[in-house]
Amino acid sequence: MRAVYEAIRRHRVAAVLALLLVFPLLMPYHALAINILIFGLFAVGFNLLFGYTGLLSFGHAAFLGVGSYLTGIAMVHGGWSWWWALALGVASAALAGLVIGYLAIRTRGIYFSMVTLALAQIVYYVFYKAERWTGGENGLRGIQVPAVEVMGLRLDFLDPVTKYYVIFVFVAAALWFVSRLLASPFGAVIEAVRENEKRAAACGYDVARTKLLVFVVSAALCGLAGALRALHLSVVPIDSLHYLQSGQAVMMCLLGGMGTFFGPFVGAAVFLTLEDVVTTVTKHWMAVVGGVFMFFVLFFPAGIWGTFIKRMERAVRA
Amino acid sequence: MEFTPSLLALQLVTGIALGAIYALLAIGLSLIFGMLTVVNFAHGAFFMVGAFVGVYFLGVTGNFWFSLVLTPLVVGAIGLVTERFLVRPLYGRGIDYPLLLTFGLGWVLIEAMRVLFGIEGVPSSTPAALRGSVDLGFGYFPKYRLFLIFATALVVLGLWLFLEKTRYGLIVRAGSRDGEICKVLGVDVARVWLMVFGIGTAIAGLSGVLAAPTRAVNPEMGIPVLAESFVVTVVGGMGSLPGAVVAGLLVGVVFAMTSLFAPAYAELSIFVLMAVVLLVRPQGFFGKAGLLG
Repeated sequence: MRAVYEAIRRHRVAAVLALLLVFPLLMPYHALAINILIFGLFAVGFNLLFGYTGLLSFGHAAFLGVGSYLTGIAMVHGGWSWWWALALGVASAALAGLVIGYLAIRTRGIYFSMVTLALAQIVYYVFYKAERWTGGENGLRGIQVPAVEVMGLRLDFLDPVTKYYVIFVFVAAALWFVSRLLASPFGAVIEAVRENEKRAAACGYDVARTKLLVFVVSAALCGLAGALRALHLSVVPIDSLHYLQSGQAVMMCLLGGMGTFFGPFVGAAVFLTLEDVVTTVTKHWMAVVGGVFMFFVLFFPAGIWGTFIKRMERAVRA
Repeated sequence: MEFTPSLLALQLVTGIALGAIYALLAIGLSLIFGMLTVVNFAHGAFFMVGAFVGVYFLGVTGNFWFSLVLTPLVVGAIGLVTERFLVRPLYGRGIDYPLLLTFGLGWVLIEAMRVLFGIEGVPSSTPAALRGSVDLGFGYFPKYRLFLIFATALVVLGLWLFLEKTRYGLIVRAGSRDGEICKVLGVDVARVWLMVFGIGTAIAGLSGVLAAPTRAVNPEMGIPVLAESFVVTVVGGMGSLPGAVVAGLLVGVVFAMTSLFAPAYAELSIFVLMAVVLLVRPQGFFGKAGLLG
């Protein structure tokens, strides 16, 4: 057990990828597996800001939504191919992150959560009103991903298993990037900002710029999740921009374990599986998920994976 | 459409009536924050519960005034239970935790109302005594909206008298300055916090029952309201009661005026107002710089 834990800790990206590689075989159906993959990435992007930098944003739906919408708009209205549309989606989300982040990092603590929430609602209303481009209340429809040939391999998005592994490639790249980022000196600086902002500033780090940079990277990752979701669903629901969606990222992150590498995926899997199971029993799934979330806030603030890690660390040291 | 002065004046009063609700919501939020440094993310849900409970009492008793008094008591009681059993264990664990907890609570309250009253919501109507409109000199204005302005003024006045003129109010103000010192002086701070949370949620419930006749009462009605009351609190300055009133009225007027000149941008306008305030004066109109460290 201890050896396994050590191996996971050392090779965190490999461990996550190994699990995700066989993941579709473990899940009852592929749509859920793909959802967990996408929302896991969304939660990872959010975790970079919340778990590692200590900034609780309630506006990350804006980046998921912008990523989704811009990818969709480029394909539906512009006729772009999906990889260019994907790139546009990510770039737009990063840009939205730059603007919202610039305004939001002027505030601290609890203000930050409220301000990111309110700023993200601006994005929501803009896309809601721009009906000609976004479809307004009905969402953007008709995103079609044609099959492509890559090195003699035919990739057809209509096949859920193929779709899973195509999305998997992007998620894998993103995870590798996040792991490198966290292992870099910059990763140490953002954790320093979380632990003690004043001391980090006293050590000569530009706290405001660090925060803004993390914000933009986090937004871009969430934008990638959004762009992949647009390809997956072939529609973009307007709800993906709403602050309740931001709240889901918060919930997933905390359920899994904030500030841990694997936690957001655990959280996304638990959240979505719970939603999936509970809706078969009752339509009031929000009460159950909300209740479970409150239970975790009260008694297991470290989350499932975080609590597990704590136990293992203690065992390793003992 | 021609924008005559009387039309503008009428729209201004409409805005103030709308702003009255915003002001009440922000007062509840600010009161709790100023004292407990807790941002109540279930505030919109308490507002929504207030609207449901108000409509329910109105249906049972047939008396609007009765439901106006009873509803805040019921919602305040839910607030008391929330503080005692859910929020209190989280004190001293960082400011994010009560926020997260109340967010989860909001979900539970929404579903609770869906279970109790159905997902469609309930019909609400203006109480008979307050139907019709009155001549303001520049046009006719719905009686009920004037009543909203009046009721808010009364609540603000009552709260001000309570905070400034009573012994208990003194303790509340002292506690929001420095809870530690209050404890040292022998004040049971935990009980004061409990009471403040109760009053804050009761005011949220009151704004719900007041707003019920002017909008659709359904389980989701509190969701946009939460974001809007955040706008008001950020504009006015977190934890400041005068700020909540001034910003509430301003946001209401901005909303009403934008819906007159550019209806498509009405919802957007108040968020843009907030963004501008953030750029120019990040701590809000009445907020102290560095309140949050």
